[in-house]
Amino acid sequence: MEISNWIFLAILAVALIAFVWSCRNKFRLLALGKPEDRSGSGLKRVWNVFVYPLLQRCAVNPFYRFGINHAILFWCFLVLLLANGEFLIHGVLPGATFAAMPNGLYFTLAFAFDIVSILALLAVLLAVSRRLFFPPKYIQARSKDAFIILGMIATLMIAFFGSHSAEIALGEVTAAKYMPVSNWIANTFMGATAESTLEIVKNVFWWLHAIVLLSFLNYLPYSKHMHILTSIPNVYLRNLTGSTSPKREEFKKGNTFGVGKVNDFTWKNLLDAYSCTECGRCSDNCPATKTDKPLNPRLVIHDIKVNLLKNGPQIVDGKPVMLPLIAPHHEGSIEEDVIWDCTTCGACVAVCPVFIEQFPRIIDMRRHLVETEGKFPEELLGFFENMEQRSNPWGITPGDRAKWATGLDVKMFEAGKTEYLLYVGCFGSFDARAKHVTVAIARVLDAAGVSWGILGKDEKCCGDSLRRLGNEYIFEQMAKDNLKTFQAKGVTKIITECPHCFTALKDDYAQYGVKLEVIHHTEFINNLIKEGKLKLNPADLGKTVFHDSCYLGRYNNIYQAPRETVKAATGKAVVEMDRNLERGFCCGAGGGRMWLEESRGKRINIERTEEALKKQPRTICVSCPYCMTMFEDGLKDKNADKDVQVLDIAEVVVKALKK
Amino acid sequence: MLVVACIKQVPDTTQVKIDPVTGTLIREGVPFIMNPFDTHALEEALRLKDKYGFRVAAITMGPPNSTLTLRKALSLGADEVVLLSDRAFGGADTLATSRVLAEAVKKLGEKEEVVMVICGKQTIDGDTAQVGPGIATRLRYPQLTLVDQIKSVDVNTKKMIARRKLEGHHEIVEVKLPVVITVVREINKPRYPTVPMRLSSEDMPVTTWDNKTMHLDETTIGLKGSPTRVNRIFSPERVKGEIIGDGLKNPEEAAALLANKLVERDIIHL
Ligand code: SF4
Ligand code: SF4
Repeated sequence: MEISNWIFLAILAVALIAFVWSCRNKFRLLALGKPEDRSGSGLKRVWNVFVYPLLQRCAVNPFYRFGINHAILFWCFLVLLLANGEFLIHGVLPGATFAAMPNGLYFTLAFAFDIVSILALLAVLLAVSRRLFFPPKYIQARSKDAFIILGMIATLMIAFFGSHSAEIALGEVTAAKYMPVSNWIANTFMGATAESTLEIVKNVFWWLHAIVLLSFLNYLPYSKHMHILTSIPNVYLRNLTGSTSPKREEFKKGNTFGVGKVNDFTWKNLLDAYSCTECGRCSDNCPATKTDKPLNPRLVIHDIKVNLLKNGPQIVDGKPVMLPLIAPHHEGSIEEDVIWDCTTCGACVAVCPVFIEQFPRIIDMRRHLVETEGKFPEELLGFFENMEQRSNPWGITPGDRAKWATGLDVKMFEAGKTEYLLYVGCFGSFDARAKHVTVAIARVLDAAGVSWGILGKDEKCCGDSLRRLGNEYIFEQMAKDNLKTFQAKGVTKIITECPHCFTALKDDYAQYGVKLEVIHHTEFINNLIKEGKLKLNPADLGKTVFHDSCYLGRYNNIYQAPRETVKAATGKAVVEMDRNLERGFCCGAGGGRMWLEESRGKRINIERTEEALKKQPRTICVSCPYCMTMFEDGLKDKNADKDVQVLDIAEVVVKALKK
Repeated sequence: MLVVACIKQVPDTTQVKIDPVTGTLIREGVPFIMNPFDTHALEEALRLKDKYGFRVAAITMGPPNSTLTLRKALSLGADEVVLLSDRAFGGADTLATSRVLAEAVKKLGEKEEVVMVICGKQTIDGDTAQVGPGIATRLRYPQLTLVDQIKSVDVNTKKMIARRKLEGHHEIVEVKLPVVITVVREINKPRYPTVPMRLSSEDMPVTTWDNKTMHLDETTIGLKGSPTRVNRIFSPERVKGEIIGDGLKNPEEAAALLANKLVERDIIHL
């Protein structure tokens, strides 16, 4: 080893120690989070890591085509990990080099490194130009952080070519002819250069490469590129339950309820915060962000991270925290308005490339506000009291629940005599418009000869809105009451009218150890059609667009059933709105937003109604009473309610029923 | 120093149906709630507690199941609750009720100085608005009815300034403590019980005082002490609704008129 090797060894050691130290400081803060079990399903987890990060399914997406550039950089990065590994070792031990390997192998690697480096350089240039000249709206395109990292990568590549070309020109590289780019540079620019100059060039570029590489390493933990370290573990540890339902809380004295400070989150929630790539896809799909409300899911995650970094060390040392988690706008704090803006539509979670769970954190904080502080928008007080006292949002007499069935021949559910329970829900029971949908469902069920009954006044609200608004305490009472009724009456198979009831009964109630067979009427009716139990005469509803309810689509992956049903009932496929399926845009009513004023930004239902109207439909088909209300209001607002009708899928089918 | 909130458990009248034959209320199966006006009385007491550090006692007279409402008061932040329950108290009119409540306030006052008694303006089942003033009379405290704002309380000079909401105008009054006030809904927005408070209220005591504790002359309380006699309860015949404004020509004005009426009658709040 020469003196320069010793110098490099010293620098390397310092850099590595600094890197490990930074990582340790960051990662030890994860231990402040509450426990959460993300073990099990090892194979599935490994598969996810293979598909998402390694094959880059995370980045490449038909809606985000530029993601391919990330994929290229990522794959280049993997190959160059090898090259840079050798670089560091070689810097200390001159003998340890790929050149010492058998020629075939060495030449292949040399070729790969050369090609990949130029590819990476081009990808970086492309990324820089995009950020400079075509900045997408949904990211902070011109952030300093991004340019620093891109600049470093570009410098690394340039230094790579600089030092290798000089070596080639010096005749030191046996693989020269397998390194097309370096070789070309050497031949074109360095052919006539004096040897001593080439030595200098080689050394200057070598040291540039070394210093930038080690700086890059030490910059990572302090930038959004921390995701290079955390996103793979984050994907490995992703939620595999297929449900984003909030977790249960234990109502015991001395417990904390919800999240009011950063260390009330679980360690996985904190890892999420470290893993954000700041790609902005969540905000690009968030109905609140898109309609100019203060909520931006990317910033929620960012603020959690900033809060953790600021308060974490204090908490570790047992000192008081410096930055409140929920407070008026400030980096690292989340505003109450932001917390109440979320519709829990799930778009953020669905599009996040690294499986961060943004909106469940919002529900955590709502729980804190409602349950620990009793603080929430004024409109909710009446709602909560009505729910608690009368088990419906409006405070209508519970005895009136079955009024929709007056004059119809509707049976009460009785085990043995009726097979299915039709769980009508609050909208279907009380809302003037939704009651028509209930009647339509009843007609379809009867036409198909299904044996079904209702609970009438014994039915309670499912509690979905309460839960998503953070009022877990009252939700739990309702869930338990309903489950008791189901058990007492021997209910096992349930058809729901509302996708919110559907999700609550199917996923939320399952947390109480009760497995119910729950099906939404959309799927149930579609099955009846497929089984030939319904005789349909295609009805003419004009151009029909279909709006995906978040709680049916993103929450339960039911996309085709309603489309097939409309096709069967009208003879024509639905016309798709611009944003549909997984990318469907919320109506604005979920997550308890139905019961809150929408005073900030553009109204979400207007945005969605306008999108539907762009297709010039005569019918907007929905599968959820919330969506129904939001569209009907939207149409009135746009003065389009005379020309366009909103129909539930069941009503569409009724129109096609053979008399 | 103690603030006493008088609260009453009432049937949820929105859920009460009238028997079409007898014309009486069908109370069966109707859930009970805290009288809505009293929720504001309790809230005001709790706000005084937050501001001046008083202790809050909530008292009610009623059947044993009224503990439900008292528990709710505890979960909202009352420091102690007393249920006045005895067969001898039953069947009381507003006079007999105010006697028992006034005696209970006196009894509480033996341990701790009472600065204020707060009642809701009226109950939604009786609608008389007499109990609050009745308590004041029996206690010989000054009374302020229909208070919609407490501006200040000074315990040193034993004075309070409050605003009363009267028809078409307000009245700002300075009054000596201790005082009995009755409050209207506009005075505040009641809080919502937090979960920790709900949980801790579960095992806080509900004190019950029967007449063995109270030692009241049985001829002055309950049915025997009530000069009021109920002859008949009936729902008033519904005369054709009043038509206000012209909804066809000027819907906005009609809506505004209607809104005013509803506000006047305390049905909605703006
Ligand atoms: S759930 Fe929907 S509204 Fe809420 S943050 Fe995510 S995208 Fe936005
Ligand atoms: S939370 Fe996910 S989707 Fe949103 S910016 Fe971060 S990585 Fe992208």
